[in-house]
Amino acid sequence: MSGHATYVPKSRIAKWFESRLPIVGLVHSSFVSFPVPRNLNYFWTFGAILIAMLMAQIVTGIWLAMHYDPSAGNAFNSVEHIMRDVNYGWLLRYMHANGASMFFVAVYIHIFRALYYGSYKAPREVLYILGVIIYLLMMATAFLGYTLPWGQMSFWGATVITNILAAIPVVGDTIQSLLWGGYSVGNPTINRFFSLHYLMPFMILGVVVLHVWALHVTGQNNPTGIPIKTGKDAVPFTPYATIKDVFATVVFFVFFAYWIFYQPNYLGHADNYIPANASVTPAHIVPEWYFLPFYAILRAVPDKLGGVILMFSAVIILAFAPWLDTSRVRSSNYRPIYRQFFWLFVAVCVVLGWLGAKPPEGGYVLASRICTAYYFAHFLIVMPLVGLFETPKAMPGSILESVTGPHPQYGGSGMPAGAAAAPSSKG
Amino acid sequence: MNTSRILAVTLVATLLGSASVSAEDGHSTPNPPREKWSFAGIFGKFDEAQLQRGFQVYREVCSNCHSMSLVKFRNLAEKGGPGFTAGQVKALAAEYKIKDGPNDAGDMFERPGRPADAFPSPFPNDKAAAAANGGKAPPDFSVLAKARTYERGFPYFIFDAMPFIGYSEQGVDYIHALLNGYEDAPKGMDVPAGTNYNKYYPGHLIAMAKPLSDGQVTYAKGAEGNPVVPETVEQYSHDVAAFMSWAAEPHMEARKALGFRVILFLLILSGLLYYVKKKVWADVGGEVHGLQPELHKTS
Amino acid sequence: MANTPPSSGHDGSRRDFLFLATGAGLAVGAGALAWPFVASMAPDAEVIAAGAPLEVDLSPIQEGQIVNVFWRGKLIFVRNRSEKEIKESEDTKLSELMDPQPDSARVKEGHAKWLVVYGNCTHLGCVPIGHQGQYEGWSCPCHGSLYDTSGRVRRGPAPTNLPIPPYAFLNDTKIRIGEDGGKAVA
Repeated sequence: MSGHATYVPKSRIAKWFESRLPIVGLVHSSFVSFPVPRNLNYFWTFGAILIAMLMAQIVTGIWLAMHYDPSAGNAFNSVEHIMRDVNYGWLLRYMHANGASMFFVAVYIHIFRALYYGSYKAPREVLYILGVIIYLLMMATAFLGYTLPWGQMSFWGATVITNILAAIPVVGDTIQSLLWGGYSVGNPTINRFFSLHYLMPFMILGVVVLHVWALHVTGQNNPTGIPIKTGKDAVPFTPYATIKDVFATVVFFVFFAYWIFYQPNYLGHADNYIPANASVTPAHIVPEWYFLPFYAILRAVPDKLGGVILMFSAVIILAFAPWLDTSRVRSSNYRPIYRQFFWLFVAVCVVLGWLGAKPPEGGYVLASRICTAYYFAHFLIVMPLVGLFETPKAMPGSILESVTGPHPQYGGSGMPAGAAAAPSSKG
Repeated sequence: MNTSRILAVTLVATLLGSASVSAEDGHSTPNPPREKWSFAGIFGKFDEAQLQRGFQVYREVCSNCHSMSLVKFRNLAEKGGPGFTAGQVKALAAEYKIKDGPNDAGDMFERPGRPADAFPSPFPNDKAAAAANGGKAPPDFSVLAKARTYERGFPYFIFDAMPFIGYSEQGVDYIHALLNGYEDAPKGMDVPAGTNYNKYYPGHLIAMAKPLSDGQVTYAKGAEGNPVVPETVEQYSHDVAAFMSWAAEPHMEARKALGFRVILFLLILSGLLYYVKKKVWADVGGEVHGLQPELHKTS
Repeated sequence: MANTPPSSGHDGSRRDFLFLATGAGLAVGAGALAWPFVASMAPDAEVIAAGAPLEVDLSPIQEGQIVNVFWRGKLIFVRNRSEKEIKESEDTKLSELMDPQPDSARVKEGHAKWLVVYGNCTHLGCVPIGHQGQYEGWSCPCHGSLYDTSGRVRRGPAPTNLPIPPYAFLNDTKIRIGEDGGKAVA
């Protein structure tokens, strides 16, 4: 990339070390001198926010594991022990429980940002698919974690989801019994769910490393979707993106803290404060809010296997977006027709979430079916067709131009090792 | 953009229409009335006297059937709770018989309670509790105030999450309403033996008979021998619900107090960071604000 | 704006102060955030409550017998010493001891019969075996340390005598461990 300054070790020790393990240079080129498009808006800070949330979840999780007992007989009480007796245990647990929700808030904004600005298009397909894999791992981790307090929702959530897997033809029953470790959800189940819940965040971390690596190969997309052409289109990651990311993360933490301290149980479910009971199912069994759209899709189909296939397809289809979208323009800012469909898609997802919390009866089922139909149509019909027929709006010639317009006094210096000093002319 | 907004609004409106229709059929349970609680809101604190009265109601009435096995005697003397002294708690615990053992001879034995002990349960186990209560064990009180709620519905659930107008006392309100909800069944409704009609219980048929009646619990009198609060079901249910709220969340006061400081700190820090960011970006001509850079373009 | 050098004149020092204040704020925030994590590793309220003083009835303990009790998860030996053992302990010259301490400092006044000591070797924490070794107090099976009937170390590698837990006699046949002279031990 143009204007990409490299790390030059100064002291002898630094030189000695760098010639053996060039890790400082790696960090420098990835997080210091890495060129960042200068027109990124705050939706681009969610990557940093997500890394902060992943770290928060891992750290609070490790600390909670010091006090938690993953057994069917004692899990519920050990969580209450954390809440009541452990110093700041209530804080650690509320951070972790609400942290999961905040993680999903951030990841949904991140995903919709990618969809709106076409960040999935060439050359970022692999970067994007790694993101979908992280999302899948997050869902599995969140589900496993939700079973651990061993309340009614934990137990019945585990029962329902493992029964979903039993719908898989031929191997379904085997998978189910391997997950249960018994003839039903019980002590072996919670034990292995705890083990897997502890493992998966580190798998996420591994894929995050690949995700960031892929990002630094292709460079970041930006609100115009136009690639960086000269050093004037970009600024170095540090200090510009760093300070913006830190600022955004702290603002996000204000939001996060509000939930922890003032609405710690709002995003959970009251029934999960009732210890697991295999003979009573809660009246309305619903997953956590972040799964609700998929739950609505699952229930929209009156067939067990069909519902399961549709639900998994709803996630998997995300991975095909790079090839389903036929438009050559990345950013929806320049796609007047697609942009409308995008917002319709967002609305449909929100409504699906709301429907997922409603009982599957009457008008709700019909509405779920209509929304599910649109969800898939958006990918399978809208994305391919709109790209073919839409006339994109006129685009600026470069990132710099989109920022400054025709006023050269805002030209700025951009990347330190930038190329031509003259502001770009309007294209 | 406008078209999409209209589309979304239409969609939501249609769904709401269909929702309200389906919610109306069938006999519904009224929502519990919203009560005033000293511990609600950002600066909410428990009322010590109320918690002590609520504990008295629990002890004299509820504890005959309901366990509270996650609460320890020592909790009663902890900060942010009913405010008993350590001495009072020690004396109180000693009034209870706790099953302990086995001793060196291998036998279980009973000893006076210690502050470190949990409240003993009225029944030896869940099965015994269920057998003595028509097949269903009375729920444990420890986290019951957090385990009960009622559906607020759209759009209230959105407002409930917001600062200052937020609402997280659904569980206590439900418990208070339930204790006041015993009424004669409406004409034509069949109330089978072993169940009782309650206005606020989902399905209305509750196994628990009306537990409280006016004058049942005698509260300590004030300095001049006058009652401090009325000895009515309304007052008892308020007090015991508040007590249950504390039992379910004994660190609530610490949580809210710490939260205020944390959020204030983060707000100041984000303010500082905002100006740092502005200064840093000034070196490259400032940052573009807004979601659509094209709008900043003056042709 | 763009042409202002990073730090010059009045604006520069204001900018430096802003940067410094923000950096300090971030550092304070990170430190404060670490605190609950560290604090949560300290003994919790239940562990502390379970560590309340423990009453031990001495009446069933025969002469020469050593009884094991646990207080706060630690092993404590309660030894009913014979006259011979008491005399030997009292007569031992302080100059012969590795960690000189008279027997009177190891028991409560008027209760010389009762020796109450922590039951872990002061070397590396193994449990010494009673009535064994040259001094017939305790002998540690791990590295051969020897203790006398007053719980004093007589042969290394253990460096010090077996420590004495806080306790007090409630009456002649009852002690309360964890409480010294009516005051609870934190």
